Amino acid sequence: MQRCLDLLTSGLTPEGILQQLINGVTLGSVYALIALGYSMVYGVLELINFAHGDVFMIGTFVVLGVTGQFGLTGTSSLALVIPVLLLAMIAAMALCAVLGFTIEKVAYRPLRRAPRLAPLISAIGVSFFLEAWIATYVSSRDHTLPNLLAGDIPLYADVTIRYVQVLMLVSSVVMMVGLQQLVRRTSLGRGMRAVAQDREAAELMGVNMDRVISFTFIIGSALAGVAAVLWMLNYSTNQTIGFIAGLKAFTAAVIGGIGNIPGAMLGGFLLGLAESLGAAYISNASCGIFSSAYEDVFAFAFLILMLVFRPSGIMRERVSQRA
Amino acid sequence: MTAEAATILELKQVRKEFGGLVAVDDVDVAVREGEIFSLIGPNGAGKTTVFNLITGLDVPTSGTITFAGRAIAGLKPHVLAQLGIARTFQNIRLFGNMSVLGNVLVGRHSRLHAAYWKAVVRTPDERAEEKDAREKAREYLEFVGLRRRHGDLANNLPYGLQRRLEIARALASEPRLLLLDEPAAGTNPQEKAALGDLIRSIRDRGVTLFLIEHDMKVVMGISDRVTVLDHGEKIAEGVPEDVRKDRRVIEAYLGTGA
Repeated sequence: MQRCLDLLTSGLTPEGILQQLINGVTLGSVYALIALGYSMVYGVLELINFAHGDVFMIGTFVVLGVTGQFGLTGTSSLALVIPVLLLAMIAAMALCAVLGFTIEKVAYRPLRRAPRLAPLISAIGVSFFLEAWIATYVSSRDHTLPNLLAGDIPLYADVTIRYVQVLMLVSSVVMMVGLQQLVRRTSLGRGMRAVAQDREAAELMGVNMDRVISFTFIIGSALAGVAAVLWMLNYSTNQTIGFIAGLKAFTAAVIGGIGNIPGAMLGGFLLGLAESLGAAYISNASCGIFSSAYEDVFAFAFLILMLVFRPSGIMRERVSQRA
Repeated sequence: MTAEAATILELKQVRKEFGGLVAVDDVDVAVREGEIFSLIGPNGAGKTTVFNLITGLDVPTSGTITFAGRAIAGLKPHVLAQLGIARTFQNIRLFGNMSVLGNVLVGRHSRLHAAYWKAVVRTPDERAEEKDAREKAREYLEFVGLRRRHGDLANNLPYGLQRRLEIARALASEPRLLLLDEPAAGTNPQEKAALGDLIRSIRDRGVTLFLIEHDMKVVMGISDRVTVLDHGEKIAEGVPEDVRKDRRVIEAYLGTGA
């Protein structure tokens, strides 16, 4: 018992915790970007778009393709790396947006008046299709980018933040602020909120519901494209990444309160933090019973606890109280 | 108003069946431009269904609906809003979690021309239009007496003011024809009197009004013409004084000589 306590306290240094917080927030920012796509679609359609994670996966392959075209390596100069990454982001956003728009039109719109299970099954079908398509025609191996933005900024003692992490944080925060502005201040945002609250009344007020739904998919998918670039700077991809990252982002959306945009962001950050702190400390905290290999288990245990004790999420979904 | 103003809305032999139930039974209605026209009848007479047919929520089983010379049956609701038809609801259907101003801005939707992609990148013309929309929305709030509540959540308004907000939201689309579905329901006598004034001032702005109403006093006080519906069928039509005296109306709707 004493040995366990020693083990627990020995691992807990302020520097260590700070470093894990930084890692957690950056990972969480990517989850948050993907989670927004789930949440926005759920908000306007009450549909869980299971193909969204695979849209993100396609985005990671677009990033691989673009960076591969320019032959980026770990020693490429910043003057080449930055424009290529920017180009990769634009390409991933555009392709994901087109893909999201098409999926809605082909797989969900014809089923809008069907029982709710039908579009859900259709979503799972699209997901399988995209995974199988990549595995068959592109690749079924793991891929990573070379270490493009090596280097870090010292923060405190030996705590550092890597350039890549700064880029991830800044990009995702910019996207989130932009999305909030869009939803709060523009006609499109008002249309989305109106459709979410009362679809019929919104149509009667002149809101073109089909167009609002299309744009919801376009914007959510473009955000997944941004997430794909950031993900590739730090992690690897294969054709199943959409399932895993997608499931985690979906978990983040549920934790935050699905349908709620700030909730999705908060859920993403919380999940990222839970995962990186869990991975770092679970072994010591459990006296060596659990290892860091259990990090996924803890992410989903978080989801189950949330569903049991606060199923509406942290930021209670207010839209669902419709008449 | 001249004696024979042009017809702005015409329903001819309009019929709506839900399964075996006939909700609207071959009804003819003609609303003239610039008048206050009322459709009355007991509960279940098919009044709200008539509004749903005009605004595109339901498609008639048979018959034609003409608005400003154009056949509109089967058009989508947002297209009809664009053509100039706006409505309120018997059970208030505001966007409760949006601000009072936000609700009116949604009502303005059909008069905004900037494409949605412009909202994403926020082009200068989209910004200018947005600013203009906010100004107009404030004017409509002023008109119904809600300007000072513009920042409140719609859900937090008292019932009577929610009814007025629905009217402001509908007016924001600059309609030619405004359908009011039981606007006096649940309001007190003072609010009813104020509502009558508001409806007349809307007419004075050049909007044609089509009311569904349960409350005879409100209808008889402000309407130019009244049509009475019973069990989906038209049983009387004319100026309020004549309709009030009609024997079938008294039997069907008023009971014994009210």
